[in-house]
Amino acid sequence: MSPKDNFVLPDLPENPSRRNFFKSGAAAVTLTLAPGITVMAFGGTAASAAGADAGKRWGLLIDVNKCAKDCTACVTACKDENGWAGYGDPEQNSQWIRKVTMRNKATGHETEMPVMCQHCEDPPCVDVCPTGASFKRVDGIVLVDKHTCIGCRYCMMACPFKARSFVHEPVNNQKPHAPRGQGTVESCTLCVHRVDKGQIPACVEACDATGHGAMVFGDLNDPASDISKALASYPSVALRPDLDLNPGVRYANL
Amino acid sequence: MKRLLTIVSLLFAVLALPVVAQDSGWRYGPTLSEASGDPHPEGNEYMRKFHMELMKHDRDMTLRDGEREIDASLKQCFDCHTVKDERTGDPVTYDDERHFCRTCHDFVSVKVDCFTCHRSTPEGFNEPSPLHARLLDLGASPEFEMVESFITSLETSSDQ
Repeated sequence: MSPKDNFVLPDLPENPSRRNFFKSGAAAVTLTLAPGITVMAFGGTAASAAGADAGKRWGLLIDVNKCAKDCTACVTACKDENGWAGYGDPEQNSQWIRKVTMRNKATGHETEMPVMCQHCEDPPCVDVCPTGASFKRVDGIVLVDKHTCIGCRYCMMACPFKARSFVHEPVNNQKPHAPRGQGTVESCTLCVHRVDKGQIPACVEACDATGHGAMVFGDLNDPASDISKALASYPSVALRPDLDLNPGVRYANL
Repeated sequence: MKRLLTIVSLLFAVLALPVVAQDSGWRYGPTLSEASGDPHPEGNEYMRKFHMELMKHDRDMTLRDGEREIDASLKQCFDCHTVKDERTGDPVTYDDERHFCRTCHDFVSVKVDCFTCHRSTPEGFNEPSPLHARLLDLGASPEFEMVESFITSLETSSDQ
């Protein structure tokens, strides 16, 4: 008998006052077929009322023509919202979102646009993660579980958009909704804490506040949403369409 | 025979000690800071033993499933358990041994790494230094110093 056999994880005793395992249990039906085999069914409304909704796919549409030159409202808003404004070495600081300038060599025309995690349908970062820390929520938001991230940075290598950053220095004064720390990889969360509350991401809100209105956020699966209507009415592209990743972030007039 | 009796009676005395101690109100353990607010419905004994299970379970629910209406979040611990410095009135960070997590965890020699990513004070307080959020404190650990001195001794012996 190895010492490991003696180690037993304690079971959580039932406590209905707080430990209500399925919080939306109102419509849950439990059927016990045989000892140890249980079938559970959930009503659609109860399951979708709380947390990520598998029926949704959150996305962003960025109209490059409306994105103003020298405007960094989205970047500043993201820094404030998620607290990733760096100190120390600027070359090592995180960038959850950055303004990218593209110059047409033939004409000299310059285009500016924000680039962040593209929230791919088939994210390469999730494919390569050795610990399962890089994952995609059922509603399409790609996140890093820093509890299991070992800081190997394989996801940073895999990402074609350079969307992920590694935290080199110890961090304090984090926002409670956006924990981040030394030795882990981080990226745009599509403001998941706001989305779960029914709000829009901070960058979109800031862009609207400047009056440019270059960013639209919404549910790609809902044909009645603003983003779906916009995508249907004028042309848009995904970055690196050759990779066939089907990103949730789309660009118009690029 | 007399010797055996002495041993047995001593054994009983030792076994009876915790009971006596409990009756007199004395308890072997760390000195805990006073908490405000309502007590945990599960009871303190339960929370002392299983708080990590609750937090681990609920953190996965929040992060993976987006369930944010949870009852056992790390953020909520600070509502009642924050320890404030008597002189300045500011909450103490995990760097301070009076921090409510450290009073117990130091006692049982368990180092938690929650505060490399999570803030160790309530929201709104400006934590003065990120030192408590270092990933590894190799320089200060006795194990590291032991290894370091061992390597140094190897190097000096190979030089000779």
